[in-house]
Amino acid sequence: MRNSTLLVLGAGVAVMAAGMVMPGWLTFLLTLALAKGLVVMGLLLLMKAGLVSFGQGLYYCLGAYCVGVAGDYLETQNALFLMLIAVVVCVALAAVIGLLLCRYRDIFFAMFSMAFSMILYGVLVKSSAFGSSDGFNVKPPLLFGWTPTGEPGPLMAYGLAVTAVTVVGIFVWNYLRSPMGYAGEAVRENEIRVEYLGSSVRRIIYIKYLLAAAMAGLGGGITALAAGHIDPEMAYWTTSGEFVFIALMGGTGHVAGPVIGAVLFELIRTYAFQISPYTWQMILGIALLAIILYLPKGVWSLVERFTKEKTS
Amino acid sequence: MSALLETRSLARNFGAVTAAADIDVSINAGEIVGVIGSNGAGKTTFINMVTGYLQPSSGDILFKGKSIVGKNPRQVMRAGICRSFQVAQLFPELTVLDNVLIAYGLMQHRVLPMFRPLATGNSIKQAENLLQEYGIESYLPEKVMTLPQGVRKLLDIALAMLREPEVLLLDEPTSGVAIDDKFDLMDTVMQAVRKSGAGVLFVEHDMEVIARYSTRLIAFYDGRVLADGPVAEVMDNEKVKELVTGHHLEIDYKREVAHA
Repeated sequence: MRNSTLLVLGAGVAVMAAGMVMPGWLTFLLTLALAKGLVVMGLLLLMKAGLVSFGQGLYYCLGAYCVGVAGDYLETQNALFLMLIAVVVCVALAAVIGLLLCRYRDIFFAMFSMAFSMILYGVLVKSSAFGSSDGFNVKPPLLFGWTPTGEPGPLMAYGLAVTAVTVVGIFVWNYLRSPMGYAGEAVRENEIRVEYLGSSVRRIIYIKYLLAAAMAGLGGGITALAAGHIDPEMAYWTTSGEFVFIALMGGTGHVAGPVIGAVLFELIRTYAFQISPYTWQMILGIALLAIILYLPKGVWSLVERFTKEKTS
Repeated sequence: MSALLETRSLARNFGAVTAAADIDVSINAGEIVGVIGSNGAGKTTFINMVTGYLQPSSGDILFKGKSIVGKNPRQVMRAGICRSFQVAQLFPELTVLDNVLIAYGLMQHRVLPMFRPLATGNSIKQAENLLQEYGIESYLPEKVMTLPQGVRKLLDIALAMLREPEVLLLDEPTSGVAIDDKFDLMDTVMQAVRKSGAGVLFVEHDMEVIARYSTRLIAFYDGRVLADGPVAEVMDNEKVKELVTGHHLEIDYKREVAHA
């Protein structure tokens, strides 16, 4: 096993262990942040290919609703089974929508992806069976009937989030170094050359879109299990905007960027809300402005800068 | 023996504008065919049609006796026809090494691997060897956007040659290259091409380059083939002199051909 994989695994175990001693509010906040980090890791794959999706809320929300609805209808609390359903359904939908979206670039891709998430939002708001705009509650997760504390609760969701981020993080880390990973950068740089090297640009984008949908569905599923409540706001365009916000904040230069960005985002939002309940959005906006101005490649670029200085 | 690549009455219209009409051209293995013509004569349109970037309005393109009309650039490339571009088509924000590694990665796999690393000891060695062949190995860590035009052109052609094509189409290989470097560039390219035995068709505005490297010459004018034959014969053609090269051009073609 390579050093990088061991490093990510080690970090995962450390974060998992930290959850045992952290206060409950922090465990909850980190669970939501890690779930969003998963969505943004998928977004990172698209952004590496030069595509910005303003519609990842579609799969985030769909994943959450799959967990909620499947839990109710199948009368199960098995977290792994529910998350599997969330991922499969999201990939199935992405397999259809992706056929259209892989034909578009730039603002058209962004707007089309947003349009689909807003369609889901509209459908859910009008569906009384799914609680309309209020949404509905989701049963707490179990792992084949077992939880670490003896009763279903946030620690199980936290454990799931850390495990998912570790596994997906290792996958994305390796993926970005593979021919398929580099193909994204190649597509961003020059589609004509990619075609003349014998690869289909549409197929490359399509596969990235499917992977991004799977990660967003997983993130949504974990959020549903952690929060215990889901509503159509998860598909609203501002939620998708949050993911782009996090991607810019963390940076897309490394697989850790989305996770760092997501944790930072949740921390800033929580404290901003505590300090100034009526203008917390302004504080978030100022934070993003500062990052764009001083760290255009995101917070992760600080780590890169530090590592470079150390090596030189 | 039938030609390796042959076009029959090839035509392309853009609305009311005829960009190419009645183009009958053939290329044999090992042949180096120069193409001249003023801007808008249909040279690049011809290359775009042959390589699947544009579909012809009518006519046929035969490669090894089989029609390739309707095929996209990927299929044409995989069949054995590759091309370079007037403006080098590379990945400008990536390094030269990354460009070559990506090219190998994309070219070698129909289904791109997701878990195998692109850069391995072997693949880097392979990339270094390729760059060495084209004399640009010293640029390996440089970003493409910082390279001189001549190096970009060579890299563009090197990427086109990766698949060892049977027919190579070069669109103005020396355009934008310094006068002092153009023959060096063409020498390097021709050395690689001769080693592969590919048939080459290259569009060029520089008559010295045409005279030195072509074994046959085709002159385009107004979307049609004006003349096709040995270099000196086409250059002496009155219509070519009048419509393509101009009356006053004085190049010792026999000397240039002998030099080649």
